[in-house]
Amino acid sequence: MELITEKLLNVVSDWTGTFAGAYNIRENGQCAGRAVTENIDIITKTDKPGIDIKVKPGTKKETVSIPACVTKGDIDDLVYNDFYVGENSDIVIVAGCGVHTDSHETARHNGVHRFFLSKNARVVYKEKHIGTGTGDGTRSIDPVTEAFLEEGAVLEIESVQIKGVDSTRRKTKATVGKDAKLIIRESLMTDGEQAADTEFEVELNGENSGADIVSRSVAKGNSKQNYRSRIIGNAACTGHSECDAIIADKATVNAAPELTAANPDAQLIHEAAIGKIAGEQILKLMTLGLTEEEAENKIIEGFLR
Amino acid sequence: MLELKDITWSAPSGEQILKGVSFKVPDNRLVAVTGPNGGGKTTIAKLIAGIEKPLSGKIYLDGEDITELNVTERARKGISYAFQQPVRFKGLTVSDLIRLSSGEERSDESLCEVLRKVGLCAREYIDREVSSSLSGGEIKRIEIATVLERPSKLAVFDEPEAGIDLWSFTSLISVFDELRRKKDKTLVIISHQERILSVADEIVVISGGEVKHSGDKEEILPLLLNDGVRSKVCPKM
Repeated sequence: MELITEKLLNVVSDWTGTFAGAYNIRENGQCAGRAVTENIDIITKTDKPGIDIKVKPGTKKETVSIPACVTKGDIDDLVYNDFYVGENSDIVIVAGCGVHTDSHETARHNGVHRFFLSKNARVVYKEKHIGTGTGDGTRSIDPVTEAFLEEGAVLEIESVQIKGVDSTRRKTKATVGKDAKLIIRESLMTDGEQAADTEFEVELNGENSGADIVSRSVAKGNSKQNYRSRIIGNAACTGHSECDAIIADKATVNAAPELTAANPDAQLIHEAAIGKIAGEQILKLMTLGLTEEEAENKIIEGFLR
Repeated sequence: MLELKDITWSAPSGEQILKGVSFKVPDNRLVAVTGPNGGGKTTIAKLIAGIEKPLSGKIYLDGEDITELNVTERARKGISYAFQQPVRFKGLTVSDLIRLSSGEERSDESLCEVLRKVGLCAREYIDREVSSSLSGGEIKRIEIATVLERPSKLAVFDEPEAGIDLWSFTSLISVFDELRRKKDKTLVIISHQERILSVADEIVVISGGEVKHSGDKEEILPLLLNDGVRSKVCPKM
């Protein structure tokens, strides 16, 4: 494994030389390490690049890590990963991604992840993205996520884009069954000429299903962000979408939450707020002894936490 | 010692708010600044904290001219300031703010202790965001807590009574009285409340942008209570 990969793994998936539990490390489109457990199997796909992760019913307190790294330009990595999570399981999936280039050429990772959560399965899915390297080649990450939640299943997605990713297009689609819940927390930072598009589409199909989507972002420099969310209530359900953005310099943020209710008992809410850091927030922290720059950084750090 | 000398200040509209204000705040004394609304009291508090700069005049702290120092520099000189209308933060928690204020890591137990001082049932608040999830009264008490915990030599409170309930106000009076008795911090409290004036060592009355009276509480308070301005200055709480 390359040194750059190890550094990226440390940032995006808390790698310390090993992972606890099952794992599959992807480096420049190849497998750089794998382990399975009695309850979690990882199988290489034969029809396209990627893996199937199969979690036995009743698996509890296990973590499976599937980070992917691109360490140089002129690599366009596309991978299909499918997660089959058995009934009554309760697991954590860590799927960070780092892209690095020291050249003029593009380094890109595109992960297509599908989640099939069986009845009463619970999954916390953690995803951190970072771009690094001295080259002026584009660092690009374009994740596509599809989730299918059966009765009583719960999927929590924690998505963090730390820094350095020039271009990202995130698409997330989910269908949520009876008593099932989808929770998404997205934190995103863009600067310079970076661009980030986020698109969520959730169909609440089961009675008492729910979705809670919260996106917090900071846009600086000349960066551009687009946020789209669509929650469709086809049953007696609850849906909430919130997009909060701090904007600075000459950045642009576009937020377009959309709700569609196809059932009179669907309760859907959306919120969107875009604005600069309030001057009084900075002043308050300055009265505590922080400089203006330290105050801004502290406010952003808290906002994206 | 804090000294304001011949301070003038005008609002952006051009209206002159302060017209040559001078007074001194001796070390480890509690000085209440009072007077009718619109007289310039909050402006004085902001001038001391460095949030506003005077048009003319000087501000001295322990003999050093701090007039041109910014907010951060004054905070690092030992001046702390409680906003009349506290600021809300999405993402920063109560414990974040108190830890930033005290400048050190704090145990949950010690965070609870300071929150109890301002009348908050403590532990449930520690991890709450200082945002719209808190009521106006709660956030006001947290604002006061951040200043009580700051290791400053001079603490300025702008109308600490505004927006808090009677029980918390009573508790707050006790905190101010205790600080005054300890004599290890200088306090400037902008207030209309007779109960706050009652625990002060000295009172400065600002009206129409000028100092109308200033001196020991025993001398000034009877003047306020007898000259017909009590209803403006000291509403009962």
